[in-house]
Amino acid sequence: MIMSKPELIYTTYIRSTPEKLWNAITNPEFARQYWGGNENVSDWKPGSKWVHVTGDAERAIRITGKVVESVPPKRLVLTWADPANEGDVSRVTFEIEPLEDAVRLDVIHGDFQPDSDMINKVSGGWPRVLSSLKSFLETGKPLAIASCQSKHAAEVAHA
Amino acid sequence: MVADEDKVFKALADASRRQLLDRLRRQGGLTLGELCKSYDMSRQAVTKHLALLEAANLVVSVKQGREKLHYLNPVPINEIYMRWIGKFEQKQVQALFNLKQALKENE
Repeated sequence: MIMSKPELIYTTYIRSTPEKLWNAITNPEFARQYWGGNENVSDWKPGSKWVHVTGDAERAIRITGKVVESVPPKRLVLTWADPANEGDVSRVTFEIEPLEDAVRLDVIHGDFQPDSDMINKVSGGWPRVLSSLKSFLETGKPLAIASCQSKHAAEVAHA
Repeated sequence: MVADEDKVFKALADASRRQLLDRLRRQGGLTLGELCKSYDMSRQAVTKHLALLEAANLVVSVKQGREKLHYLNPVPINEIYMRWIGKFEQKQVQALFNLKQALKENE
Protein backbone atom coordinates (compact mmCIF):
# COMPACT_ATOMS: atom_id res chain seq x y z
CA MET A 1 0.00 0.00 0.00
CA ILE A 2 1.26 3.42 -0.82
CA MET A 3 0.60 6.52 1.24
CA SER A 4 -0.24 9.09 -1.39
CA LYS A 5 -0.56 8.90 -5.15
CA PRO A 6 3.00 8.62 -6.46
CA GLU A 7 4.01 10.81 -9.35
CA LEU A 8 6.66 8.67 -11.04
CA ILE A 9 7.06 4.92 -11.16
CA TYR A 10 9.73 3.10 -13.10
CA THR A 11 10.10 -0.66 -13.39
CA THR A 12 12.82 -2.79 -14.82
CA TYR A 13 13.46 -6.53 -14.84
CA ILE A 14 17.08 -7.48 -14.34
CA ARG A 15 18.71 -10.90 -14.62
CA SER A 16 20.46 -10.71 -11.28
CA THR A 17 19.90 -11.35 -7.58
CA PRO A 18 18.36 -9.03 -4.97
CA GLU A 19 21.69 -8.90 -3.11
CA LYS A 20 23.64 -7.82 -6.19
CA LEU A 21 21.02 -5.22 -7.05
CA TRP A 22 21.02 -3.85 -3.49
CA ASN A 23 24.80 -3.62 -3.67
CA ALA A 24 24.68 -1.86 -7.03
CA ILE A 25 22.52 0.89 -5.51
CA THR A 26 24.20 1.26 -2.11
CA ASN A 27 27.86 0.47 -2.76
CA PRO A 28 29.76 3.53 -4.06
CA GLU A 29 32.21 1.36 -6.01
CA PHE A 30 29.35 -0.04 -8.08
CA ALA A 31 27.09 3.00 -8.37
CA ARG A 32 29.95 5.09 -9.78
CA GLN A 33 30.23 2.71 -12.73
CA TYR A 34 26.71 3.10 -14.11
CA TRP A 35 25.23 6.25 -12.46
CA GLY A 36 27.01 8.91 -14.51
CA GLY A 37 30.15 8.61 -12.38
CA ASN A 38 28.28 9.42 -9.16
CA GLU A 39 28.13 7.45 -5.91
CA ASN A 40 25.51 6.92 -3.23
CA VAL A 41 27.17 7.14 0.19
CA SER A 42 25.65 6.29 3.58
CA ASP A 43 25.72 3.62 6.27
CA TRP A 44 22.16 2.92 5.05
CA LYS A 45 20.69 2.79 8.55
CA PRO A 46 17.25 4.34 9.13
CA GLY A 47 17.67 7.96 10.20
CA SER A 48 21.16 8.26 8.71
CA LYS A 49 22.12 10.84 6.14
CA TRP A 50 22.83 9.77 2.56
CA VAL A 51 24.43 11.72 -0.26
CA HIS A 52 24.61 11.36 -4.02
CA VAL A 53 28.12 12.59 -4.70
CA THR A 54 30.43 12.88 -7.70
CA GLY A 55 33.01 10.09 -7.89
CA ASP A 56 35.82 12.47 -8.85
CA ALA A 57 38.19 14.43 -6.60
CA GLU A 58 35.67 17.24 -6.24
CA ARG A 59 33.26 15.01 -4.25
CA ALA A 60 30.47 17.49 -4.96
CA ILE A 61 27.15 16.63 -3.32
CA ARG A 62 24.39 16.57 -5.93
CA ILE A 63 21.53 15.15 -3.89
CA THR A 64 21.15 14.73 -0.15
CA GLY A 65 18.60 13.23 2.20
CA LYS A 66 17.81 10.82 5.02
CA VAL A 67 17.39 7.07 5.01
CA VAL A 68 13.74 6.56 5.94
CA GLU A 69 13.56 2.79 5.66
CA SER A 70 16.23 0.23 4.90
CA VAL A 71 15.41 -3.48 4.54
CA PRO A 72 18.23 -5.12 2.59
CA PRO A 73 17.88 -6.52 -0.02
CA LYS A 74 14.20 -5.63 -0.44
CA ARG A 75 13.26 -2.04 0.21
CA LEU A 76 15.06 1.26 0.55
CA VAL A 77 13.22 4.53 1.16
CA LEU A 78 15.11 7.83 0.98
CA THR A 79 14.27 11.49 1.14
CA TRP A 80 15.67 13.38 -1.84
CA ALA A 81 16.66 17.05 -2.05
CA ASP A 82 19.04 19.41 -3.80
CA PRO A 83 21.60 20.44 -1.13
CA ALA A 84 21.11 24.07 -2.23
CA ASN A 85 17.40 23.82 -1.45
CA GLU A 86 16.82 21.18 1.20
CA GLY A 87 13.24 22.29 1.86
CA ASP A 88 12.28 21.09 -1.60
CA VAL A 89 12.25 17.50 -0.44
CA SER A 90 10.70 14.48 -2.15
CA ARG A 91 10.83 10.75 -1.53
CA VAL A 92 12.34 7.87 -3.47
CA THR A 93 11.50 4.22 -2.84
CA PHE A 94 13.43 1.30 -4.30
CA GLU A 95 11.49 -1.99 -4.18
CA ILE A 96 13.31 -5.18 -5.09
CA GLU A 97 11.27 -8.31 -5.75
CA PRO A 98 12.91 -11.65 -6.59
CA LEU A 99 11.45 -13.60 -9.51
CA GLU A 100 12.32 -17.03 -10.85
CA ASP A 101 15.34 -16.03 -12.90
CA ALA A 102 15.48 -12.30 -12.36
CA VAL A 103 14.59 -9.45 -10.06
CA ARG A 104 12.03 -6.73 -10.51
CA LEU A 105 13.11 -3.25 -9.47
CA ASP A 106 10.51 -0.55 -8.91
CA VAL A 107 11.64 3.01 -8.37
CA ILE A 108 8.88 5.23 -7.05
CA HIS A 109 9.59 8.96 -6.86
CA GLY A 110 6.82 10.95 -5.20
CA ASP A 111 5.76 13.29 -2.41
CA PHE A 112 7.06 16.27 -4.38
CA GLN A 113 6.49 19.68 -2.79
CA PRO A 114 3.54 21.52 -4.39
CA ASP A 115 5.61 24.23 -6.10
CA SER A 116 8.62 22.03 -6.85
CA ASP A 117 10.06 21.50 -10.31
CA MET A 118 12.09 18.50 -9.12
CA ILE A 119 9.72 16.17 -10.99
CA ASN A 120 10.77 17.74 -14.31
CA LYS A 121 14.44 17.50 -13.39
CA VAL A 122 14.41 13.80 -12.57
CA SER A 123 11.83 12.35 -14.98
CA GLY A 124 14.29 12.23 -17.88
CA GLY A 125 17.10 10.84 -15.76
CA TRP A 126 15.58 7.80 -14.05
CA PRO A 127 14.99 5.74 -17.25
CA ARG A 128 18.61 6.34 -18.27
CA VAL A 129 20.01 5.39 -14.87
CA LEU A 130 17.86 2.26 -14.70
CA SER A 131 18.77 1.09 -18.23
CA SER A 132 22.41 1.61 -17.40
CA LEU A 133 22.04 -0.26 -14.09
CA LYS A 134 20.36 -3.18 -15.89
CA SER A 135 23.13 -3.34 -18.46
CA PHE A 136 25.80 -3.08 -15.75
CA LEU A 137 24.36 -6.00 -13.77
CA GLU A 138 23.59 -8.22 -16.77
CA THR A 139 26.69 -7.65 -18.87
CA GLY A 140 29.19 -6.04 -16.52
CA LYS A 141 29.13 -2.97 -18.74
CA PRO A 142 27.08 0.15 -18.04
CA LEU A 143 25.46 2.00 -20.94
CA ALA A 144 27.40 4.94 -22.25
CA ILE A 145 25.29 7.71 -20.82
CA ALA A 146 26.26 11.00 -22.39
CA SER A 147 27.84 13.08 -19.67
CA CYS A 148 25.70 16.05 -18.81
CA GLN A 149 27.43 19.41 -18.96
CA SER A 150 24.68 21.21 -17.09
CA LYS A 151 25.63 22.75 -13.80
CA HIS A 152 22.21 21.96 -12.42
CA ALA A 153 22.54 19.63 -9.47
CA ALA A 154 19.61 17.33 -10.10
CA GLU A 155 20.33 17.09 -13.80
CA VAL A 156 23.95 16.25 -13.11
CA ALA A 157 22.82 13.64 -10.62
CA HIS A 158 21.05 11.97 -13.49
CA ALA A 159 23.57 12.65 -16.22
CA MET B 1 8.77 -12.93 -16.65
CA VAL B 2 11.45 -10.71 -18.11
CA ALA B 3 9.76 -8.49 -20.67
CA ASP B 4 11.43 -9.05 -23.99
CA GLU B 5 11.93 -6.72 -26.90
CA ASP B 6 9.43 -8.50 -29.15
CA LYS B 7 6.69 -7.68 -26.68
CA VAL B 8 7.75 -4.03 -26.61
CA PHE B 9 7.69 -3.69 -30.40
CA LYS B 10 4.36 -5.53 -30.71
CA ALA B 11 2.84 -3.36 -28.01
CA LEU B 12 4.04 -0.21 -29.77
CA ALA B 13 2.78 -1.37 -33.20
CA ASP B 14 -0.74 -0.10 -32.58
CA ALA B 15 -2.01 3.48 -32.75
CA SER B 16 -4.52 3.05 -29.91
CA ARG B 17 -1.87 1.73 -27.57
CA ARG B 18 0.50 4.55 -28.49
CA GLN B 19 -2.35 6.98 -27.71
CA LEU B 20 -2.75 5.41 -24.28
CA LEU B 21 0.99 5.88 -23.67
CA ASP B 22 0.71 9.53 -24.82
CA ARG B 23 -2.11 10.05 -22.35
CA LEU B 24 -0.14 8.51 -19.49
CA ARG B 25 2.88 10.59 -20.40
CA ARG B 26 0.82 13.76 -19.99
CA GLN B 27 -0.61 12.53 -16.70
CA GLY B 28 0.44 9.53 -14.66
CA GLY B 29 -1.65 7.62 -12.16
CA LEU B 30 -4.90 7.33 -14.17
CA THR B 31 -7.52 4.68 -13.49
CA LEU B 32 -9.13 2.49 -16.15
CA GLY B 33 -12.24 4.67 -15.98
CA GLU B 34 -10.26 7.87 -16.50
CA LEU B 35 -8.42 6.34 -19.47
CA CYS B 36 -11.69 5.19 -21.05
CA LYS B 37 -13.12 8.72 -20.81
CA SER B 38 -10.23 10.08 -22.89
CA TYR B 39 -10.89 7.87 -25.90
CA ASP B 40 -13.63 6.54 -28.04
CA MET B 41 -12.83 3.00 -27.00
CA SER B 42 -14.83 0.44 -25.08
CA ARG B 43 -13.79 -0.50 -21.56
CA GLN B 44 -12.95 -3.99 -22.83
CA ALA B 45 -10.72 -2.63 -25.59
CA VAL B 46 -8.82 -0.36 -23.19
CA THR B 47 -8.45 -3.25 -20.70
CA LYS B 48 -7.02 -5.45 -23.44
CA HIS B 49 -4.59 -2.77 -24.63
CA LEU B 50 -3.44 -2.06 -21.06
CA ALA B 51 -2.78 -5.77 -20.46
CA LEU B 52 -0.51 -5.88 -23.53
CA LEU B 53 1.25 -2.69 -22.48
CA GLU B 54 1.78 -4.06 -18.96
CA ALA B 55 3.12 -7.37 -20.31
CA ALA B 56 5.65 -5.34 -22.31
CA ASN B 57 6.51 -3.36 -19.15
CA LEU B 58 5.57 -0.12 -20.90
CA VAL B 59 2.83 0.51 -18.36
CA VAL B 60 3.10 -0.23 -14.65
CA SER B 61 0.22 -0.11 -12.24
CA VAL B 62 -0.15 0.24 -8.49
CA LYS B 63 -3.17 -0.55 -6.39
CA GLN B 64 -4.51 2.22 -4.23
CA GLY B 65 -7.52 1.05 -2.27
CA ARG B 66 -9.92 -0.35 -4.83
CA GLU B 67 -8.41 1.62 -7.69
CA LYS B 68 -5.60 0.57 -9.99
CA LEU B 69 -3.45 3.50 -11.09
CA HIS B 70 -1.52 3.32 -14.37
CA TYR B 71 1.83 4.88 -15.21
CA LEU B 72 3.97 5.12 -18.32
CA ASN B 73 7.24 3.24 -17.80
CA PRO B 74 9.73 4.50 -20.41
CA VAL B 75 12.62 2.27 -19.29
CA PRO B 76 12.19 -0.37 -22.08
CA ILE B 77 12.03 2.42 -24.70
CA ASN B 78 15.25 3.86 -23.33
CA GLU B 79 16.87 0.43 -23.68
CA ILE B 80 15.91 0.35 -27.37
CA TYR B 81 17.20 3.89 -27.81
CA MET B 82 20.51 3.07 -26.14
CA ARG B 83 20.93 -0.08 -28.22
CA TRP B 84 21.11 1.79 -31.50
CA ILE B 85 22.12 5.28 -30.51
CA GLY B 86 25.49 5.48 -28.82
CA LYS B 87 26.99 8.09 -26.60
CA PHE B 88 28.54 10.06 -29.45
CA GLU B 89 25.50 10.03 -31.72
CA GLN B 90 23.10 11.36 -29.11
CA LYS B 91 23.91 15.02 -29.78
CA GLN B 92 23.62 14.71 -33.57
CA VAL B 93 20.31 12.83 -33.35
CA GLN B 94 18.98 15.41 -30.91
CA ALA B 95 20.08 18.24 -33.21
CA LEU B 96 18.24 16.67 -36.17
CA PHE B 97 15.15 16.18 -34.03
CA ASN B 98 15.25 19.82 -32.89
CA LEU B 99 15.66 20.98 -36.50
CA LYS B 100 12.66 18.92 -37.61
CA GLN B 101 10.55 20.31 -34.76
CA ALA B 102 11.58 23.88 -35.60
CA LEU B 103 10.72 23.40 -39.28
CA LYS B 104 7.34 21.89 -38.39
CA GLU B 105 6.52 24.90 -36.23
CA ASN B 106 7.36 27.26 -39.10
CA GLU B 107 5.05 25.53 -41.56
